[in-house]
Amino acid sequence: MSTTTTRGVAQPAPAKVSKDRPRRGLRAGSTFNFWLFTGPFLIGLIVFVFVPIGWSIYLSFFEARFTVTPSDFVGFENYTQVLTDVDFLNSLVTFTVFAAFIVPTTWAFSLGLALLVNRLRFMRAFFRSVFFLPTAVSYVAASLIWKMSIFNGVRFGLANTVLSWFGIDNIAWLAVPDPPWYWLVIVTLRLWLQSGFYMILFIAALQNIPRELYEAAAIDGAKPGWQTFRFITLPQLRATSTAVILLLLVAAYQAFDEFFNLLGKATWGQPPLVELYKMALGENQNYGAGSAGAVVLTMLICVVTLLQGKIMGFGRGEESK
Amino acid sequence: MSALSNSNWDRRNVLRAAMGLAAVGGLAACGGNTGRSSGGSGDALVQYFHAYGEAGTEQAIKKYAKAYKGANVTTQWITGSNFEQKLFAALLTKNAPDVFEFHPQIQLIKSGQVADLTDIIAPVKDDFNQADITSHTVDGKIYGVRMIDDPQFFFYRPSLFAKAKVEVPTTLEELIEAAAKLKTAKIKGAYLGNDLTPVQNNLIWSAGADTLTADNKPAFNTDEVAAGLKQLRTLFTSGDLLLGAPTDWWDPSAFIQGLTAIQWCGMWAMPAMIEALGDDIGIFPFPKVGSAGKQSVTNGGWSMFVNAKGDNVDAAKEYVKWLWIDQKEYQEDWATSYGFHIPPRTSLAQSATKLQTGLPAEGVKLFNEFGHFDNIGWTQAMISSVNDVMANSVRKDDDPKAQLDACEKKVDTELKKLFG
Repeated sequence: MSTTTTRGVAQPAPAKVSKDRPRRGLRAGSTFNFWLFTGPFLIGLIVFVFVPIGWSIYLSFFEARFTVTPSDFVGFENYTQVLTDVDFLNSLVTFTVFAAFIVPTTWAFSLGLALLVNRLRFMRAFFRSVFFLPTAVSYVAASLIWKMSIFNGVRFGLANTVLSWFGIDNIAWLAVPDPPWYWLVIVTLRLWLQSGFYMILFIAALQNIPRELYEAAAIDGAKPGWQTFRFITLPQLRATSTAVILLLLVAAYQAFDEFFNLLGKATWGQPPLVELYKMALGENQNYGAGSAGAVVLTMLICVVTLLQGKIMGFGRGEESK
Repeated sequence: MSALSNSNWDRRNVLRAAMGLAAVGGLAACGGNTGRSSGGSGDALVQYFHAYGEAGTEQAIKKYAKAYKGANVTTQWITGSNFEQKLFAALLTKNAPDVFEFHPQIQLIKSGQVADLTDIIAPVKDDFNQADITSHTVDGKIYGVRMIDDPQFFFYRPSLFAKAKVEVPTTLEELIEAAAKLKTAKIKGAYLGNDLTPVQNNLIWSAGADTLTADNKPAFNTDEVAAGLKQLRTLFTSGDLLLGAPTDWWDPSAFIQGLTAIQWCGMWAMPAMIEALGDDIGIFPFPKVGSAGKQSVTNGGWSMFVNAKGDNVDAAKEYVKWLWIDQKEYQEDWATSYGFHIPPRTSLAQSATKLQTGLPAEGVKLFNEFGHFDNIGWTQAMISSVNDVMANSVRKDDDPKAQLDACEKKVDTELKKLFG
């Protein structure tokens, strides 16, 4: 997941470099160096990102079952099908519920971790690494651990063992849709996997807040603790927070692995990507409808991101100068 | 110091981290072993198998392949619970397997995906279980070689039944009652798989209905089936059912570990169960649903197919003939040395001593008496739509009749595509 999660942010990088170059004055061979360093990345981007995107848009206008080189042009029929598909529309609701849970909790949790780790006077590197490590675990492996040992439905599952100390009966976390305990499994899994990464971002930002601000505040009578956090730390973290929330939202849109692995043969809790996977790669192999869904989803992500940028002011820094 | 410089510094770091991750991810995506040897020889074959649970099965399949002199056969052992999705996706690509195991489904034949194997089966056709020939035949042509027949039924612990004073259930009501009586603080009453889909066909059959009629019309949407779904829903919500077990229904672990008194499983699991529980094992078919019903057993199994769109159709057919028609010793080894399966060849089934006595013999009896074989017209898309019925009307509380109606509509669409 991490590849696609971060790609959106990675893209502007080469462009930015090229803009900066002329101002610094060209030295001989620097153009060559530029292409040498960005070339492989750009080629990869074109071959693995832009061509598939283009192809997918092309496919979305064709009747493409069991083939990726279709000949039967159908116009917007696939789009009508996708936009009237109850399952697809439900998946957008599922996503919204999921994002409403996961984005604030991860934001708060990783910020909390960052504040704690940043306060440590010893073993800071150790704790930083420990909390960051889960980022390296694959979603599939983590899903299996969550499903088979922590949240399995039998009496010796970790969660059920803990509950049984308080006399609570076994809960089949994933098999039963009502009450929807499966959200607890899915949210905790993602929280564990990704909060370490965002914690590192927050730590970097925290360390960059000038000491003078705190000193000045202390002289002006600000109490340490909540007051300082609310009026100095939080505003100073604004840029990072915005970036983190943006990344979290995009990552939530791309959720697939844990849903696919945890909720086998369920009709509930299916986010858009799982729905598209079933459409394009299930029994029907309907690449046309699948691509149309993907395009719709991409546009939605773009709109939401732009809106969020507008509301939270992502990238407004330069203009306000 | 302005806040602006801080935010710039942050963003650059974000970008750096992001680019690093993207680069690493890109590299990882380039990997991938197709299982094909790089040589240009036309006699390199790839075969797909789903991962059998029993120890030694993967080695056995590779051993047979190695013994074949006609071609260099590589085996792809596909783990995970979605073999059919991986197979269907692979069949579309250039890395498609030449030979693969699957169940007979007509869409593979209509789309020209699997090769006609009539010529290699014809000489020994009479030695096959005729039901297995019928289930692989379309318009007089036979499209797959059955390797093993796998009857699926309930396993139970007679000692626990005696303790709870429970008789072997013959109706769904009795099964639900039995599960309630058998349940204790440590042991659940019954296990029908984590998503209950393994018994979906049996629910239909035991209610006196069928998946399709003889002329391929939907036959499962009856009031009896709807009533059966409702009963199953009461079992699901009773708390007597084992749910969320770490291993699914096809694995005997839940039964062996004493998590459940009854488990829906297949004959393949018998050796492991007998080793763990001795003779404290009994079996019974899926009970009657409603008054008009009849007990039922799923006669599943796996067959070999040849990819008709591959580059090596003749070599692949030759290999399938060698192993699954000619090499009776390997066929018997495959059917009885790991898990227990019934050989589809009558001559082998009769000589397989391991299946002649005790529990396996009872399994064979249920197979013959109550078994329903694969229906080639019942395809994966139809199976999935019944999966949704199970999810919506048993695990969720939707109206069974409405769900069956919706399912019938989907099945009808599929049937129209296949039969016009």
